Amino acid sequence: MALKTETFPIATSDDVVRVRQVTRIWSTELKFSLVDQTKFVTATSELARNTLEHGGGGTMTAEIIENGTRRGLRLTFRDEGPGISDINLALRDGYTTGGGMGLGLSGSKRLVNEFDIKSEPGRGTVVTIVRWK
Amino acid sequence: MDRIPILKVGDCLLVTIQVDMHDELAMSLQEDLTSQIAKHASRGVLIDISSLEVVDSFIGRMLANIAAMSRVLDAQTVLTGMQPAVAITLVELGMSLPGIKTALNVERGMELLREFTQQNVGLEDSDGSED
Repeated sequence: MALKTETFPIATSDDVVRVRQVTRIWSTELKFSLVDQTKFVTATSELARNTLEHGGGGTMTAEIIENGTRRGLRLTFRDEGPGISDINLALRDGYTTGGGMGLGLSGSKRLVNEFDIKSEPGRGTVVTIVRWK
Repeated sequence: MDRIPILKVGDCLLVTIQVDMHDELAMSLQEDLTSQIAKHASRGVLIDISSLEVVDSFIGRMLANIAAMSRVLDAQTVLTGMQPAVAITLVELGMSLPGIKTALNVERGMELLREFTQQNVGLEDSDGSED
């Protein structure tokens, strides 16, 4: 199903920089427009930071996927941290527990084509985003 | 640990961000800049981000913090050279950076700072002559 898959660790803030670069390279391979690339790399940065800061570290899996003739990039951020008890609240603009601006989740949702979040308190969080060419 | 260089040009400070910053580097820039403003009694800060390909909410917040901190220290901040794709992404992300002066390039940014510093000198002079 996936044409190419690779998983990267997110354990330090250098890893956040690295997965940003991975997203940049893969979205260039898929010939995303510069604006689409920038949006997707920015979303990667927000979600990877969440994985690191709130999830206590985790992984990002990148996949090139195909739907008919369309190609896209799917990124899955996984952590085994404390999880999110109220996802609707966490997705609201300006809601923050980390002292930031509360734009990480809500903002990155606006930057991608598909956004899915699954979380269970005590068991971790999985966020999946997709951008189609 | 690596640091982003801060150049002193007259009564202004000049910073060119050319690397993909990790979060600690952004935090240290914030601290370095504020201490340099105080040390040199700088009136203006110019931050050029023309080679930054990504500005996420963390970097955006850091830039807003620098502008606010330098204002409190009596210096004006100008952000220059933002790439169009970065501007589109930032606004869609929900960050329009209110309170930060911007200019398209370094040249215009320096003009803005010059206007600001000269304006203030003028104010001080007229205050003096009235007294």
